[in-house]
Amino acid sequence: MKIFSTDHKTIAKQYLSLGLFWAIVGGLLTHLMRWQLAYPDTEVPGWGFIAPDFYNMVVTMHGTIMVFFVAMPILLAAFGNFLIPLMIGAQDMAFPRLNRLSFWVFALASAVLLASFFVPGGAASAGWTGYPPLSAKAEYTGVNWGLNLWLLALALEFVSFLMGGINFLTTTINLRAPGMTFFRLPLIVWMQITAAVLFMLSVGPLIAGAVMLLMDRVVGTTFYLPEGGGQPLLWQHLFWFFGHPEVYVILLPGLGIVLEIMPVFSRKPIFGYRPIIYSTIAAGMLSFIVWAHHQFLSGMDPRLAMPFSITTIVISVPFALIVFAMIATLWRASISFPTPMLFAIGTLSIFIIGGLTGIFNGSAPVDIYIHDTYFVVAHFHYTLFSATFFAGFAGLYYWFPKMFGHMMNEILGKIHFWLTFIFFNAVFIPMHFVGLGGMMRRIANPMQYDFLQPLQPINVFITVAAIFLLLSQIPFVINFLWSLFRGRVAERNPRQANTLEWTALSPPLHDNFERVPVVYRSPYEYSSPESPEDWLPQDQPPAVAQS
Amino acid sequence: MSSWFPENVSTFGGDIDSLFYLILYITGAWFLLTQGLILVFLIKYRRREGQRAAYIPGNSLKQAAWILIPGLIVVFLDLWIDLRGAEVWARIKGHVPPGDLQVQVTAKQFNWEIIYPGPDGRLGTVDDLQMDNELHVPAGKVVRVVLKSKDVIHSFFLPNLRLKQDAVPGREIVAWFEATKPGKYEIPCAELCGFGHSGMNGWLFVHTAEEYQKWVKERWPEK
Repeated sequence: MKIFSTDHKTIAKQYLSLGLFWAIVGGLLTHLMRWQLAYPDTEVPGWGFIAPDFYNMVVTMHGTIMVFFVAMPILLAAFGNFLIPLMIGAQDMAFPRLNRLSFWVFALASAVLLASFFVPGGAASAGWTGYPPLSAKAEYTGVNWGLNLWLLALALEFVSFLMGGINFLTTTINLRAPGMTFFRLPLIVWMQITAAVLFMLSVGPLIAGAVMLLMDRVVGTTFYLPEGGGQPLLWQHLFWFFGHPEVYVILLPGLGIVLEIMPVFSRKPIFGYRPIIYSTIAAGMLSFIVWAHHQFLSGMDPRLAMPFSITTIVISVPFALIVFAMIATLWRASISFPTPMLFAIGTLSIFIIGGLTGIFNGSAPVDIYIHDTYFVVAHFHYTLFSATFFAGFAGLYYWFPKMFGHMMNEILGKIHFWLTFIFFNAVFIPMHFVGLGGMMRRIANPMQYDFLQPLQPINVFITVAAIFLLLSQIPFVINFLWSLFRGRVAERNPRQANTLEWTALSPPLHDNFERVPVVYRSPYEYSSPESPEDWLPQDQPPAVAQS
Repeated sequence: MSSWFPENVSTFGGDIDSLFYLILYITGAWFLLTQGLILVFLIKYRRREGQRAAYIPGNSLKQAAWILIPGLIVVFLDLWIDLRGAEVWARIKGHVPPGDLQVQVTAKQFNWEIIYPGPDGRLGTVDDLQMDNELHVPAGKVVRVVLKSKDVIHSFFLPNLRLKQDAVPGREIVAWFEATKPGKYEIPCAELCGFGHSGMNGWLFVHTAEEYQKWVKERWPEK
């Protein structure tokens, strides 16, 4: 395998490896954070004491890493790169060299972010949302180059994903195999290209915003500094105009993975293929007019709150339809429970909770109380952890044989699922109650507040569960590494799935298919009356044509 | 269940709490319904030898109705939540009632500077009095809080009064509350504001009318 490869499969694996590396870093940071919250100002085993400014850095970098350096490279870049050409029947991406450049720019972004930990003053500590003026002047946080490098790393990452997004779109529009119409595309491809469009349309304002912030820091402009006539709220609008679509940029590919896996192990077509596509597009469009729900209390005109509250709550409708469609897929199905399916169902179950708690945050009056509390933290971990980790694991277990030519171990996989599912809920269900008790985000020591002291036993419980959640990932690491070399050799189509990637070898050849596949039908024809088998591959010629 | 929240001592806190419970009941019902259906389907339709899944693509309007009708119910429930929410929002943030008294709170890393207008009731005059992190008010009176910040964004949070409002440098934002019960309540900062964010905390002292008069006399004795 070449390091500077243009093969979309190699690039996908490179994104995956870097994403998993960052997942370990981002995950271990939670250990520092949770220890400090449960046992404030005691020595963290294996680390030492955590000073308040160091705590802010840990919080900031955990968020930054998980959103931009784990969720995006794994869900979008790794799965999108690997699956789009294989699922639409193409040899590679439309622009293979742009694809390679996109990865190496991301690698550079990763190097810059990693370097930011080691500069004097430490890494960024103004929160992953980087609100100025806190982020706009070194004196406010004591972090100088750490925050500049943070901005640079993000800017590089956006450049990388812009190139990736262009590639995803061009490839899907131009390189589909004969017969692969848009309404025969697997849903994950729809989700990936919708995510690419959302990202490309929303990231521009943030790049402009980031450049202004960097200029405020480095050359002394005052875009965000009121003493020079600047406006701190400008950043919040630019950030969240990007930030909310960004949530769906992560969520949609995650849901796409679930939508691929469910029909295969239910032996039943996904319920409502077209309604799901329309819902996805509707949610994508709505996501551009909900951003100010992060700013109900920011000082913006209070008359703006209700319009944004209404759009925010209405966005529950398309997602409710997708969830209902997933549930309806299980109705009268024939369900088996290998590891990918367990994680897919886990994603669905957890995502429902995250969606429902979003209604509380979206309601402007309720947000007055729960804004900036742990209720919000619990809410977005239910949405983003489900998309990133549950769906990400589901996809990895499912496509691992296609990626690496070996099956993963089922027993270790099931242990991994149940431990992760139990400890995830043990961490984040109680977090809602801590939030309702009023505990603010990003405080390093709840014991400094009288009204939070009665909640401390819950914080200790969450921390213990979080440590177990981290330990629960050990079976996965063992399974992944062991299966890479020693896993049972995978056949072409071990799951009897319909989509095109399973017609290629495991792993596929450099140009993917031995011959260009021809597509005759939609991707989820399971248990169709047209076939005696309970599956009907997309490229199998109709029976009439055969005779 | 009310023990989830800190005790509510503001006139509008009850509205926020009851809206919270309305949403809790609606989302709770959806939670039970969806998770229950998933569980039932997983058990009932688990794979059995020789049994074939039904072929239901769900693209025709007739089949899609199974998800569209629940979707319609979601729309109606959303509108219900929005309408209730609009009322409550209009009451709390939509306008600021004429205040019985006014204080200015200037946030800075990592204190609340609280400036009382003194007997003349006007800020910016010689009888103003500044106290750090101590806000004294009488119960049963509308208090207008003029929020400012000297450096970064802070967030003025009164958990017991269900009030939160960011303090933004370069701006003057007016918030208000009316406390119903005398006591001593905390005023944490809810927005990350630097290394001293954790522990940036003040105290709200809600006095009875007589106690408050006594406190005023102690502070402005010449009157």
